[in-house]
Amino acid sequence: MSKQLHYEDVTVGGEITPLVKQPTTMQLVVWAGASGDYNPIHYDKDFAQSRGLAGVIVPGQLIGAFLGQMMTDWIGGKGVLRKLSCSYKGMSYPGEAVTCKGKVTKKYVQNSEHFVECSLWAENPKGEKIASGKAMVILPSRG
Amino acid sequence: MLAQSKLLDVAKASSDIEKLKSKIGVEWQPREYEIGRDMIRRFTRAVGDPSPLWQDGAVAPPTFILAIGFEQFVNDLMSLVPFNTVLMGGTEIECYQPIKRGDVITTIFKIGGLREREGQMGRMAFMTFESSYKNQRQELVAKCRQMIIGY
Repeated sequence: MSKQLHYEDVTVGGEITPLVKQPTTMQLVVWAGASGDYNPIHYDKDFAQSRGLAGVIVPGQLIGAFLGQMMTDWIGGKGVLRKLSCSYKGMSYPGEAVTCKGKVTKKYVQNSEHFVECSLWAENPKGEKIASGKAMVILPSRG
Repeated sequence: MLAQSKLLDVAKASSDIEKLKSKIGVEWQPREYEIGRDMIRRFTRAVGDPSPLWQDGAVAPPTFILAIGFEQFVNDLMSLVPFNTVLMGGTEIECYQPIKRGDVITTIFKIGGLREREGQMGRMAFMTFESSYKNQRQELVAKCRQMIIGY
């Protein structure tokens, strides 16, 4: 496992280690089963097209889970992901990379807990934001 | 003929949406889910998350709450309003403690808000759902808010 991130390692404006995901149609089917989201727009192309979409789309919540993975990878086993939010801004299609990125926006100590807030987003290969959101984490301190 | 049946559909959809509006703030029936190791593993595999933190299925990643009771929630929603399509607009989660294998999680969903707009696809409902997740010790482990667009 990578080395544990501490509150003192983080600077406002600093980058979160990006995460690149390559969702496939098969992954969308596995996700449907695991998440209980059986909306056919995520695995039935004809259905998706009949609903005005170009093809099956990657579920927003899976992109949310990718952003969650980026955060839990970054904060390590001793970090706590307290809040995660994201809104879905654009469509993402299987076969296209989803790149998750983020930046630290704030850090502060409250009730002796060490909080870090971040802004997050996910991009398609054209660099367009398909989702954006925020996270609040609690990190261990060396102090 | 076609135009008329379309009009009738719109009227039906509006009355269903009115029904949904009358339920704003009302908690739906609580539902219980026992969390198994394989559910956690299936979830992390679906995300493609190889972190050793959850590989043995003992502890779930924070976003696992998205999977708890979601299928039942969508069924409950569609039985109130048979939308043609629903799209997720956004998600917010708050996690107070990790969910572990063997936990029995009780979920309660409610509609927090609803507004309607005419969109490209006709009448669209922008709904906010709030859900809470308690464990077998009645401790609040997580909360979730989902923005869902139905049309």
